[in-house]
Amino acid sequence: MNLAIALWLSQDAVTNGAVYALIALALVVVFTVTRVIFVPQGEFISYAALSLATLQVGKVPGTIYALISGGVLVAILDSIAALRRKSLKRLPSIVFVNVVLPLAIAAATWWSASRPDDLLLQVAVTLAIVTALGPIVYRLAFQPLANASVLVLLIVAVATHYMLTGFGLIFFGGEGLRAHMFPDLQFQLGILNISGQSIAIVVTSLTLIALLAFLFGHTVYGKALRATAINRVGARLVGISSEFSGRLSFALAALIGAVSGILVAPITTIYYDTGLMISLKGFIGSIIGGMTSYPIAAVSSLAVGFLESYSSFWASAFKESIVFTLIIPVLLWRSLTTFRIEEDDEL
Amino acid sequence: MYRKLLFPILLSIAFAGAAVAQEVTIGLTMGATGPGASLGIHYKNAFQLMPKTIGGQPVKFIILEDKTDATEAAKNARKLITEDKVDAFMGSVAVPSTTQLAQIANELKTPHMALSPVALPPDKLQWSFVVPQPTTLMMSAIVDHMKAHGIKTVGYIGFSDSWGDIVYKSLEELAGPAGIKIVTNERYARADTSVTGQVLKIMAADPDAVVVGGSGTGGALPHLALVERGFKKQIYHNHGTVNREFIKVGGKSVEGAIAVTGALIVPEDLPADNPVKKVALDFTTRYEQTFGPGTRNAFAGYSYDAFLLLDAAVPVAIKKAKPGTQEFRQALHDALENVKNVIGTHGVYNMTPTDHTGLDQRARVLVQVVNGEWRLMK
Repeated sequence: MNLAIALWLSQDAVTNGAVYALIALALVVVFTVTRVIFVPQGEFISYAALSLATLQVGKVPGTIYALISGGVLVAILDSIAALRRKSLKRLPSIVFVNVVLPLAIAAATWWSASRPDDLLLQVAVTLAIVTALGPIVYRLAFQPLANASVLVLLIVAVATHYMLTGFGLIFFGGEGLRAHMFPDLQFQLGILNISGQSIAIVVTSLTLIALLAFLFGHTVYGKALRATAINRVGARLVGISSEFSGRLSFALAALIGAVSGILVAPITTIYYDTGLMISLKGFIGSIIGGMTSYPIAAVSSLAVGFLESYSSFWASAFKESIVFTLIIPVLLWRSLTTFRIEEDDEL
Repeated sequence: MYRKLLFPILLSIAFAGAAVAQEVTIGLTMGATGPGASLGIHYKNAFQLMPKTIGGQPVKFIILEDKTDATEAAKNARKLITEDKVDAFMGSVAVPSTTQLAQIANELKTPHMALSPVALPPDKLQWSFVVPQPTTLMMSAIVDHMKAHGIKTVGYIGFSDSWGDIVYKSLEELAGPAGIKIVTNERYARADTSVTGQVLKIMAADPDAVVVGGSGTGGALPHLALVERGFKKQIYHNHGTVNREFIKVGGKSVEGAIAVTGALIVPEDLPADNPVKKVALDFTTRYEQTFGPGTRNAFAGYSYDAFLLLDAAVPVAIKKAKPGTQEFRQALHDALENVKNVIGTHGVYNMTPTDHTGLDQRARVLVQVVNGEWRLMK
């Protein structure tokens, strides 16, 4: 190994690590607010990347059908609940959010599919589709079980993951897809040849992290999420709906997943089941942060990126084993250094 | 009145009974979901194009899904053999699954058409007939090409699964005698987002050519990374990689890639005297009529060739025993061991009791990506 190779590997590590960091943040948001270990986070990545690639060949991605039918299902469930409570006032807003909005996104999707060269429109549509799927997944799979134990929620998360992967296979087929490069910039920095895409990834990740920090620190919604994360019952007592917090956190997770998917789509081939591998590496990052600390999760995800990149050079056949083995000493160290918090102590 | 009706009724019952008794049942376990989905879907699609009769007998297909999971495939095989009483079965998509099936075929003495390579020595394959070309047969075409072009060192990068191992072993076996040195054995996974590390190692070793042991679009990732890093020498792919999606994903960067494959990918380019041309062209045309232009692939051809082999063996076996009995399975096995000159979509099959593959050099062609299409190399 010489300096050039080390630099190349580091550049690769930072690019991948930035994506893992985003995923780790999404996992921490979802876990702290809803206590769900969100295994299907990776599906948002695949859905976004594949939807983008599908739009670029002028076709309508199947995810839009999932959005419309999911929205209708949510509307029916919510309407029934509203009727039971006799709060008819809520019906128009339920229909608007769950039926009209998805249909509007669908209309934009069809329009975008007819304009295969409009990159910005494609990105906007992809973000809209995938982000809107987040709250639907929460409403259908997790909201009815909001008070179940972490283990039950994990089991449901795994089941949801398999379901979404299956849908992905139906929507996009078994072969991989790759999106076009964004404006094909190349920078020469010493011996390094830095592509515009990897700069886009790092910049976007940093921006998103800053935005999240702002959201949590300085906005009402962010504070509501934090309150729910700290104590759900307490938050409810002061008027923060835990259902709303759940949906918001899932929308955030889906948005982060969608952004990551769009970022990696041009640099690698994405399959309907690729997302799991990416989100597992983000998961390691978030585990090192104890599933609660945002900064530790982000930094350790970057470390995962480095470990992965260098082990792919030294011992490529054992790369995944090396990366996933990292979790054992980390878990040991964490179980020895942290006090165990009794689960569901607030219930 | 009754007597007048009785005879035709009896007659029809007798015939119906005869028809049911003669029906040949073929099982299939296939992974059209899970990690092998991109290949499994094609294997399964071919069954929509299968004839209604096999060797002149009515045929019934029982198709089960194994999710590319070897345990699931084994379960399906036992179910097909013991509950559905199939006369022969086919499967599956990945090497570990197919290896399991071959072992069960041996144990329960039922003919098995292996649709992917099998990781077992030939003497363990008494009841299995391997439809795809042996990997060494395919890789030898690539090694011959390398030798003819004065390539002395080659870098290898392949999947970190049994497919990557099989391609590497075949390459290793052939490269030595040809005077070619393998300088890297790098591995990656299909779902990897980057192969920078592996590619840097190959670049550092500076080989004359690179062989990629991936399959489908998965083969494009190292190719693109090599080209991006400025690798200008020849990159070879194996027969698992040849489909249109590979070129769609790889774009301009995979232009000039050389791969080995069966004839049915390029039947139009074959010379008129090629024995496979007619069957391959006919199947490719029908497949693309049903599933869309450009959907041709090697995997559907393997399913179809397995059918053609059974089609040739059933008329011989049916003279000895009735379908649905163990005797018929035995007769079918014996007949399969002796099929001669069965022209499939991939090549010409000549089985013997010791050779359960039966393909020769006519079953492989070298193809190259030219203007975004796989074309036969002249």
